[in-house]
Amino acid sequence: MIKTDILIIGAGPTGLFAVFEAGLLKLKCHLIDALPQAGGQCSEIYPKKPIYDIPGFPEVLAGDLVDNLMEQIKPFQPGFTLGERAETIEKLDDGSFVVTTNKGTKHHAPIVAIAGGLGSFEPRKPLLENLTKFEDNGVAYMIKDPEVYRDKKVVIAGGGDSALDWSIFLSNVASEVTLVHRRNEFRGALDSVEKVQELKNQGKINLVTPGEIIGLNGTNSLESVLIRKTSDAKEDITLAVDAFIPLFGLSPKLGPIDDWGLEIEKNAIKVNTFDYQTNIPGIYAIGDVNTYPGKLKLILCGFHEATLMCQSAFQKIFPDKKYVMKYTTVGGVEGFDGSKKESPKAVVKAIE
Amino acid sequence: MTDIKITIIDREGISHEIDAPTDMNMNLMEVVRSYELAPEGTIGICGGMAMCASCQCYVLSDHELPEMGDDEEAMLSEAFNVKDNSRLGCQLHISEDMDGLEVELAPEEA
Repeated sequence: MIKTDILIIGAGPTGLFAVFEAGLLKLKCHLIDALPQAGGQCSEIYPKKPIYDIPGFPEVLAGDLVDNLMEQIKPFQPGFTLGERAETIEKLDDGSFVVTTNKGTKHHAPIVAIAGGLGSFEPRKPLLENLTKFEDNGVAYMIKDPEVYRDKKVVIAGGGDSALDWSIFLSNVASEVTLVHRRNEFRGALDSVEKVQELKNQGKINLVTPGEIIGLNGTNSLESVLIRKTSDAKEDITLAVDAFIPLFGLSPKLGPIDDWGLEIEKNAIKVNTFDYQTNIPGIYAIGDVNTYPGKLKLILCGFHEATLMCQSAFQKIFPDKKYVMKYTTVGGVEGFDGSKKESPKAVVKAIE
Repeated sequence: MTDIKITIIDREGISHEIDAPTDMNMNLMEVVRSYELAPEGTIGICGGMAMCASCQCYVLSDHELPEMGDDEEAMLSEAFNVKDNSRLGCQLHISEDMDGLEVELAPEEA
């Protein structure tokens, strides 16, 4: 069981900054995120896009903002449970919470702050009739262990980096790799596109473009797929395969949090604007995941919400402690790792 | 004149004739959101970067619309429920040439 003061669900910019504000109050944080890396949308969707409305940064790339936040919170030694989705929450008799992920990792904290953004990123699934029948029976949306495909016949669908990269990788593992994409053009790193071209020329990857998988067949597990060539001369091909891996990117879903008994409005969690607490005392929601009158889904608003949330969380954890907010310029930043940053003392010296 | 008329058929099949401003630097996805013709959180998820297809719509009238950019074309090639007349609302900047435009919102991706 992982124990912490504030359990933050979602490691996007708002969740990361909450670690800093909590750290100033000597509260420890642990973050859970369904993605394998911190940064949320900033890292997953648009790391190379500039943001122009972060106060003090005329222009900052989303990926750089995340790097900076990680640097800023380092002294407060946050814990991370990455690649796991927060699944269930249980309120204990003492008012604290146990949050369990889809992989069974348990986290215990008196305060839970949901900084879940648009929700957890789930693979986009193609609209095929009997898709669910073959899930884990030949159909997979993520490749966890490539060895599973050793000497198997694999068909991959998609036109982005992950479709390209896995086609390249599996061409050395699987007995046969077929890549199906609706267009002739792929959107990916130039290296990857060129490499796939090379492997296609060598006959190591079968490329079917423009084409689309329109049917799945098999008795118990997947045995073949039906591919429709969508060029002028339409033709359908039945291809015998052991595995079908659709890689159509990820889309955010509020997911299990929807069932936590929180008040939901417009696909977001309702909070008050005093301390961003939800209808369940001790559970807060900050950043894009919350809603209140006048809500704006901006990173800078998430930072503000995180700050006020931490003050309230402190009061909740230590109801009897007196506290006044201290400027970092005055108090400096004392990390849990023993580091201390503070403003240099002015020199007091006579000028003769 | 700074407003144009646009007809938007929502995901329930209900038709709305609305006024869309041409002077507010808005795109079609934002217009749909401003009139709340689709629930928040189901449209414009990526914010308008052509990185999701939640604002996909079918263009029903025969307006000449600006050509698709690479991002839009790539996104639509990965999206579901795509038809020949599919566009991403976020890439359609509201302009006076769009007066009378008629579009239908594509179904929400499950």
